[in-house]
Amino acid sequence: MRAGSMALLAVAGVIAGTLSWAALAPITSDSRDKVFEIPKGTWSRRVSGDKVEILPDHIRLTLGVRDTLVLRNLDDVPQTFGPTLMMPGQSFRLPFERAAEYQFACTAHASGQMTIVVHPHPDTPWARVLWRARNFSDKLRS
Amino acid sequence: MSTRAKPSIAGRLSLRAVRRHAAWIVILLMSALFVLFLIPAVLAAEAPKPPALKAGVFDPPRMAPDFTLKGSNGKELRLSQYKGKVVLLGFGFTSCTEVCPVTLDTLAKARKSLGPAAEDVQVLYITVDHERDVPERMKAYLRGFDPTFIGGSGTAAELAAVRKNYGVQAEKRPAGDDYSYAHSSSTFIIDRSGRLRAQMLYGHSPNDYAHDLKLLLKE
Repeated sequence: MRAGSMALLAVAGVIAGTLSWAALAPITSDSRDKVFEIPKGTWSRRVSGDKVEILPDHIRLTLGVRDTLVLRNLDDVPQTFGPTLMMPGQSFRLPFERAAEYQFACTAHASGQMTIVVHPHPDTPWARVLWRARNFSDKLRS
Repeated sequence: MSTRAKPSIAGRLSLRAVRRHAAWIVILLMSALFVLFLIPAVLAAEAPKPPALKAGVFDPPRMAPDFTLKGSNGKELRLSQYKGKVVLLGFGFTSCTEVCPVTLDTLAKARKSLGPAAEDVQVLYITVDHERDVPERMKAYLRGFDPTFIGGSGTAAELAAVRKNYGVQAEKRPAGDDYSYAHSSSTFIIDRSGRLRAQMLYGHSPNDYAHDLKLLLKE
């Protein structure tokens, strides 16, 4: 077998291996929490005119993988964060058990609204490949 | 003079063997790679545990802000009166056609499912409509869901102060010749000690409420 053919075979093998892994390996994570924090001094910054965006308009969660939204208020004043009012130093842990789109009034956003999309657990091989691709793309963007 | 070392006989043999079995070697390597990823993933899959309550949980919990309003039972309504019970605190109005009837029906079903333990659960429903929701009207409305439910009425300022303490939004909106309210739809869960422990978002089932109530009643 020539060296060129071997290299081609190796590349095909790597692609097949990666796809097999992406399709068959269960999707897991160390923690099911998706954490957002309001840093200390946020209120002062807002009062002085800074545009501070902490929560994205859209939050994506996946059942069984990352399905718990954790909001932490590290600031010195109470903050309305998504659907809830939190005192300084308080956190709010919100679990989701149903795949759906949730919309909340949120004073932290210019639109006044926050959307949380909860995806079903990727159970099929194709769903796992798509989930991993989307996750990879999210990581590249962040 | 350059010297070029020739591969030994053993070296030539093994090189030939690698070329002959290249496809198998690649497949073997890929399988090893796959297993290497798969095993840690399977082990990690069992690690995370779901949170104990179905509702969103405050950590650390703060004391639920007390209030004094007019109760639909004709008495003064103070939250602190219900220490020792688990309180489900909601906000709405009697003319609401969408959110409030669903929430109140859910709370009534959840409470009923608890059997005798329901005695230790009190539902309080505070109006956002100070103009129409006088105590008598609240009583007639809530009785349709569960006669033990107690409504809270008050002046616009009194009700606004309670809403502010709980982070509840309510906005009056015209609806033809009439008006309606857009309001927060969560239910707050207050434990026996009077601490604001959790906030259940709209849309949960009676079973979810019953699940959390059972856990909190055991404390």
